[in-house]
Amino acid sequence: MSDKYVSWGRYPFKNQKGVDLLWRDDQLPVNTNFLPQGNARSYGDCCMNADGMVVSTHNLKHFISFDPETGVLRCEAGVLLKDILDVVEPQGWFVPVTPGTKFVSVGGAVANDVHGKNHHVAGTFGCHVRSFELLRSDGARMVCSPSENPEMFSATIGGLGLTGVIVWVEIQLKKIANSAIDLETIKYSNLNEFFSLSAESDANYEYTVAWIDCLARGEQLGRGHFMRGNHASGNRKKPSRRSLPLTVPIDPPVSLVNAFSLKLMNALYYNRQRTRSKQTIVHYDPFFYPLDGVKNWNRVYGPKGFLQYQFVVPAENSADAIRETLDRISAANCGSFLAVLKVFGDKPSPGMLSFPRPGATLALDFPFQGEKTHALFNQLDEIVVQANGAIYPAKDAHMKPAHFRQYYPNAERFKEFKDPNITSSFWQRVMEPSA
Amino acid sequence: MKKWLIVGATSAIAEATVRVWATRGYSFYLAARDTRKLEIVRQDLQSRGAVRVETGTFAADQFDQLTEVFDQAKTALDGLDGILIAYGTLPDQLHCEQDLELAQKEIRTNALSVIHLCGYAANYFEHRKTGTIAVITSVAGDRGRKSNYVYGAAKGMVGIFLQGLRNRLSSCGVSVLTIKPGFVDTPMTHEFDKTGPLWAQPEIIGEGIAKAVDKRRNVVYLPWFWSFIMLIIKSVPEVIFKRLSL
Repeated sequence: MSDKYVSWGRYPFKNQKGVDLLWRDDQLPVNTNFLPQGNARSYGDCCMNADGMVVSTHNLKHFISFDPETGVLRCEAGVLLKDILDVVEPQGWFVPVTPGTKFVSVGGAVANDVHGKNHHVAGTFGCHVRSFELLRSDGARMVCSPSENPEMFSATIGGLGLTGVIVWVEIQLKKIANSAIDLETIKYSNLNEFFSLSAESDANYEYTVAWIDCLARGEQLGRGHFMRGNHASGNRKKPSRRSLPLTVPIDPPVSLVNAFSLKLMNALYYNRQRTRSKQTIVHYDPFFYPLDGVKNWNRVYGPKGFLQYQFVVPAENSADAIRETLDRISAANCGSFLAVLKVFGDKPSPGMLSFPRPGATLALDFPFQGEKTHALFNQLDEIVVQANGAIYPAKDAHMKPAHFRQYYPNAERFKEFKDPNITSSFWQRVMEPSA
Repeated sequence: MKKWLIVGATSAIAEATVRVWATRGYSFYLAARDTRKLEIVRQDLQSRGAVRVETGTFAADQFDQLTEVFDQAKTALDGLDGILIAYGTLPDQLHCEQDLELAQKEIRTNALSVIHLCGYAANYFEHRKTGTIAVITSVAGDRGRKSNYVYGAAKGMVGIFLQGLRNRLSSCGVSVLTIKPGFVDTPMTHEFDKTGPLWAQPEIIGEGIAKAVDKRRNVVYLPWFWSFIMLIIKSVPEVIFKRLSL
């Protein structure tokens, strides 16, 4: 089976046919259901259409216009954030919001309304979209913006590709002085400390995030490294980007992430910094994209793939919900190596089905171990539901239909804007489950 | 800044190459068959930092159109520093075996027309005593195989022509680059199952071409490992090779 068009988590690993759009005025296939797909970097099944067809935009890589004076960029949907940065960063511009990989397409960034370490000041990616063109399965093309087709604009941002094919996107970039980030890393010792660090940093730091040691227990629960940074100002010495090309060249027969390696890695990572606080100037690449330096890192989880679990819970329930989550994970003896914690801000997204909302968000990943993993996720679901939180579709392969409707009360209204010939494995799972 | 004529400018490999050059602020004359695609590529390069981008159309089997396009490019950009020839077709071998007219037509497009254009460009650059002629051929031109020897023969002919041209122009400072890509994931190869480690993305090939032009290389296999694969394929004795199914 071809692994082209398969999602980044490689679970569920389903067969599907793919066709590529080659030019932005190409026609869509007719008489078939399909799902638009960008660079297939979402983890679960929201970029998959099992036993069906995906229409890939990864070949739509053309820039359409860029004004170095205003920082307004219009480009085709398949352009990756990496391609944008390569062109605009030397001219003093940066992507306004970026997730933890620059290998996502612009179309995918809109469809998943992605967020980054600056959510507390900048909101989601959708907040910086000026307009885009949507190609519907009936061949109609519509330009959407906050003033033109505003409802379709809102439905498409975070709309998981279900409203049509995003053909091009126009975004407002962010001005920067150089490629460096002024970074402070603080080794903190428990969850309460995380929340106070986060609160005190929000006003003065554009980027905040914490890596947490999810195997730490008791008093030390939630300990980790809190990173806060800003784009460096003026003509500072520019740090070079890491250039060592690392790759996971083969598929290991089993997951290399297991109880032993997790314990070791978490302990090593937590203790790699001796002092409480360390200030450095780093290139934006290792700061935003530490894993992009390792090609095909998703292979370390072995042939069964892996699942992410990312949720957000409102501030008043944050500390309890996160504490309980970490307890459950450790009781189930399933650690996560990449546990990332961040407090979202309250800037609203234009997206109808957008995930980010005020509160704390925790992202975890787990090698897929069949029922054991689903059983753990069922327990975590209870916590999220109780705390009035939500799960992130871009990382999901597990969410229950009733939960989706609770997390996304606009789902019913969204149906009005969904293209009748577009569907996805995710949508069928959460909105059209067969009895 | 450098001024390049790109013939077959809407091909995936040509696009990947000129994107690298656009960020360096080169100017381009883009030639291709389809005006609407040319306009898309023009906007792309302009947005990525190209200084000037002009366009023109041609048909590969009309030799006078090729020389016309060259002259137009020369005039429009006020001189040229290089030409990248990237157009071509991937003929259906079985079809060519049944329809000998078709085989001839494919050889005309992929070989004779390219040779015609190279010869014309060579006279211009020889006179100027500077410049680069870069031509995309193929690993298929290194040895004839039953699965695609019409295509292979055309690419091989171009390769030998370029060897001679390189020999002729080496004394006057003109660089001649033969580019031999392996399997590349482009629209031209959409019929193939593109899984496996031998398939490369056009971006890798484009970066390789830009680097080879900078270094004034003579022949370059892209990605690099194809030089080893072809070394082995070329060294198999014909007695054995003729029985292989390749």
